[in-house]
Amino acid sequence: MPSTRVIDARGAFCPGPLMELLAAIKEIEVGDSLEVLSTDKGSADDIPEWARKVGHDVIETREDGGVYHVVIRKTK
Amino acid sequence: MKKVVIVGGGTGGTILANNLARRLAHELHAGQVSLTVLSASDKHMYQPGLLYVAFGRMEASELYQDQASLLEAGITFHVDPVEKFVLDKNHVVTKSGKTFEYDYLAVATGSRAMPDMVPGMAENAHHVYTVEAATRTCEALRNFQGGKIAVITGVPHKCPMVPLEVTFMMYDYIKDRGLLDKTHIHYTYPIGRVHSLENVAKWAAPEFDRLGITYETLFNAKSVDGAKKQVLSEEGSTVDYDLLIAIPPHKGMEVIEKEGLGKSGFMPTNRGTLNLEGRDNVFVLGDTTNLPISKAGSTAHYEAEALGENLAALVRHGHMVRLYEGKVFCFIEAGKDRATYASFDYMNPPQPKPPTKAIHWFKLAYNRLYWNSVRGLL
Repeated sequence: MPSTRVIDARGAFCPGPLMELLAAIKEIEVGDSLEVLSTDKGSADDIPEWARKVGHDVIETREDGGVYHVVIRKTK
Repeated sequence: MKKVVIVGGGTGGTILANNLARRLAHELHAGQVSLTVLSASDKHMYQPGLLYVAFGRMEASELYQDQASLLEAGITFHVDPVEKFVLDKNHVVTKSGKTFEYDYLAVATGSRAMPDMVPGMAENAHHVYTVEAATRTCEALRNFQGGKIAVITGVPHKCPMVPLEVTFMMYDYIKDRGLLDKTHIHYTYPIGRVHSLENVAKWAAPEFDRLGITYETLFNAKSVDGAKKQVLSEEGSTVDYDLLIAIPPHKGMEVIEKEGLGKSGFMPTNRGTLNLEGRDNVFVLGDTTNLPISKAGSTAHYEAEALGENLAALVRHGHMVRLYEGKVFCFIEAGKDRATYASFDYMNPPQPKPPTKAIHWFKLAYNRLYWNSVRGLL
């Protein structure tokens, strides 16, 4: 059963949301997802860009009350 | 008697122990509180000094002091690492088989570089995260006669400024040896800019341009081919090298993962109270947390101060008095004789200033002042 792990990277300037995702994606199984919460618009753009470059699925990107939610599914 | 046990004798564990020993001096003296530190080593290492060892500017022997000499009177210290965390029964079991019961437990076991996580990295790259590796890096730099130096960075890693510092210090080192015209330094970084802190990246990228250091972002090393002298990235690009400098990916300590306390050895931690998630009397600090925050000595220091206040209040009054606000302070060496710094917290990003010689000299002074800092005097 695929699962989704949430990374709360709100207010995380360093190492930042994409770095948190890069670390966490090593820890999940192919088919599982990561949802990154971020207050930084830049990372809301960076994460999908990186995921597409590497070939992971970008499931969702949305902004809700100043918090960006980006959901990535690990494909390999 | 209230029993406080601190697991780990690095920066976080030592500052916390000394902070608590001062706050609870009366209770310790009266036998109302016990304070125990359990560590894997009788020596304490000043880890940021390893960067200077790699450039021949500090001796490895200068990085160590006896751990016992750093601890306040009243603290019980055992060189006996914890092997089992029995949190449901409020005790830990050490390597020697002793059981230590606690009312409050703080875990500060730290993190370690894991070059083996990237195939080929351990065999072919140099790094600065152990004495042996920093010494080998020093030798490789000394023997370097020109060519392409590549810098690769794994995730997560300890001390977020090291990728930049090692690159800038290497530039000056190569320049001083008169090899600049025969050398090309190529810097890579895992995310879409040259540093995780946006304002630091905005300062560093033009510095790279000015010095002729090339850079590539969104580069996560997948493997290193020593025969071809080439790094392959997860993103599909390759980088050639003659000398490869790595910031290896890190993990927390093995015992944390083995005991099921946190993936990759990093424990799920409340960002304000520093409680281990789901445990009111267990706290985590330093590199051991899974907080989305820099793994740095200053992080451990500020966490230890917040936790010291809270643990003292818990022992005396049964409640906490403050939250850790995410404070971090990092020096950034911008070459051999200039430095700047980044100071930030959960709410406020850093605003780094142009590097100066004065900040560099302050960093060199801090390399010595650390021993007062870890004693809780600074």
